[in-house]
Amino acid sequence: MVEIIQIVGIGIIGTILAVVIKQYKPELSLLLSIVVGLIILLLLLSRIAVIIDVMENLATKANIDLIYFKTILKVIAISYITEFAYKICEDTGQHNIAMKIQLAGRIFIMILGIPIMLAILESVMQLLP
Amino acid sequence: MDIDLVFKIAGLGILISVFNMVLKQAEKEEQAQMLTLVGVIIVLMVIIQLINQLFTNVRSIFGF
Repeated sequence: MVEIIQIVGIGIIGTILAVVIKQYKPELSLLLSIVVGLIILLLLLSRIAVIIDVMENLATKANIDLIYFKTILKVIAISYITEFAYKICEDTGQHNIAMKIQLAGRIFIMILGIPIMLAILESVMQLLP
Repeated sequence: MDIDLVFKIAGLGILISVFNMVLKQAEKEEQAQMLTLVGVIIVLMVIIQLINQLFTNVRSIFGF
């Protein structure tokens, strides 16, 4: 419960300071907002690790093939990082770079998804007579 | 680690803007530009350390 208050506090103080600095040094206020974003992400990572451990236990209990779970984790990690960079570029108005980053993220996720698609197709082919 | 880093960077920003005003009064425009660059570089080094920490944590947690 305390973490959410800490994160909200950091976020609000960070935005207020970013606005204060914006009139003097616009570039520093951008850097400050990036730092605040990074700090909040770092605080969240420990919580995500807990969730992933629980999901991993459930997956092993239900004896699902771990390769699929690992791929899902990689997809989440890629979207986690690309979202971070995408929002920063979007925030400064660099829509061009932001869209490129998002496209790159989608392509990497697609590449990760290909083995699973192939596995599904093979299993479907076996079902057909 | 977290909230005082934000205050440090905000303080650095305000300090630099004050110094810039002083330098402008003393007709030293180029020093003022250099000072802004120095400030940006210092904050960039902090950001690079944080990003490095973020990427190593993500790599270790998500099992890359």
